Amino acid sequence: MTPKNETLLIPSRPVGIIGYGAYVPRYRLPATEVARIWKGGKGGLPIKEKSVPGLDEDVVTMSIEAARNALARAQIDASDLRAVWVGSESHPYAVKPTSTIVAEAIGAVPSTQAADWEFACKAGTEALVAAMGLVGSEMAEYALAIGMDTAQGRPGDALEYTAGAGGAAYIIGPAEESLAVIEAAYSYVTDTPDFWRRAGAKYPEHGSRFTGEPAYFEHITQAAKALMEASGTTPADYQWAVFHQPNTKFPTRVAKMLGFSKEQIEPGLLVPLIGNTYAGAAIIGLTATLDIARPGDRILVTSFGSGAGSDAFSIRVTDAISERSGRAPKTQEYIARRTEIDYATYVRMRGKITLK
Amino acid sequence: MEIPRHWRLRKQRYGLVGEVCPHCEAKIFPPRDVCPDCGKEAKTKFSFSGQGEVYSYTTIYNAPSGFEANVPYTVALVKLEEGPLVTAQLTDVAEEEVEIGMPVEMVTRRLHQDGDERGLLVYGYKFRPIGFAAH
Ligand SMILES: [Zn+2]
Repeated sequence: MTPKNETLLIPSRPVGIIGYGAYVPRYRLPATEVARIWKGGKGGLPIKEKSVPGLDEDVVTMSIEAARNALARAQIDASDLRAVWVGSESHPYAVKPTSTIVAEAIGAVPSTQAADWEFACKAGTEALVAAMGLVGSEMAEYALAIGMDTAQGRPGDALEYTAGAGGAAYIIGPAEESLAVIEAAYSYVTDTPDFWRRAGAKYPEHGSRFTGEPAYFEHITQAAKALMEASGTTPADYQWAVFHQPNTKFPTRVAKMLGFSKEQIEPGLLVPLIGNTYAGAAIIGLTATLDIARPGDRILVTSFGSGAGSDAFSIRVTDAISERSGRAPKTQEYIARRTEIDYATYVRMRGKITLK
Repeated sequence: MEIPRHWRLRKQRYGLVGEVCPHCEAKIFPPRDVCPDCGKEAKTKFSFSGQGEVYSYTTIYNAPSGFEANVPYTVALVKLEEGPLVTAQLTDVAEEEVEIGMPVEMVTRRLHQDGDERGLLVYGYKFRPIGFAAH
């Protein structure tokens, strides 16, 4: 692929994914439980169930496990990472990086960058693009980018059905060592107030209908179309596609709008079973897709973050996938490892009960 | 406030980093710089695999200060595959599923917070059942 458009993000040194790792906590809250408490059991359900983190889990612990899975696939020493970047909207501290704790736990310290990224649900892909730049400029051989969230919705709000927990970690390195080459990226950003949480507020606010057309659909279609046009590809050139997934309806519809089939998005459409994992959502769809992808497959990934923006990636799987994908647990294995909980247990696990 | 202690212990806590004796190869956890087997100096760092099995266990219903929010939880003596016994909380497991000899693996989790909700978050190793079979 040759750059036909200077708005495409293509590093001077080709880069790719050396290793990847997913994480999903084991607890599941069926959407019927939320409906039972707040709707008298009536009304439509946006997903089947969502993942819920255990009492001792947060973005730090979940990022550590995903990063360890990525390292197991990459088979590099963590001390060779020059960046540990974590994108999330649920960092456990307001001030103190998640990334330093993750870097210390996986053994990447001290010769490394460490920073937390924020851009609602696209904080993870924002870190991914930055990692492409760091490696692509030859400042670093390897960089780790993570998108992970333990999102919260106000009790009874529409978001409570879907606000899930999970995410993925990616080690970016030189293309020739990669299991998937990132051919190009494209970012599309505007100031669109579809969803926000003020500093100090526990739960987010959203612009209801405003979250659809001018936000999610506009940014994803613009980003994906611009990437495909500039790189001379069409949906038929991609075996698989992954879109940000706040519910089941949105990614299904945006895929259709762009000309992708149900089959193309099926492996990466995880929201019905784990909920919306926010900064993790698009990129854990990608780990699940990489788990089943074959050498030569092309994957289109497009994230969406409220506020608002989308990052689109064109990714081509290499021969190395066959050997590396089995070195760590697959995304579907995490999804299958489930313990169902009721609303009361959920309320306790999410810290909605105070002991004083 | 136990910040200096939490900071000093972070490597061994986050990733089960102990020592190996350069004289007799014994693996040592927690690190103590002296080999419990041969008595000689042992300061070489060693990262444990995190694999082990439950040697014995007990379930806590009345937790010490700082751990009240997690009751009931199970604490186990875990025999690491490299030899040492460590005491740790089990996680992602219901009490009735735990049995002696159960294979477990290390995960890094939130242990507690130092003081109240304004305090430092303390992370460290726990163990969970190995395997991805659905429950
Ligand atoms: Zn010795």
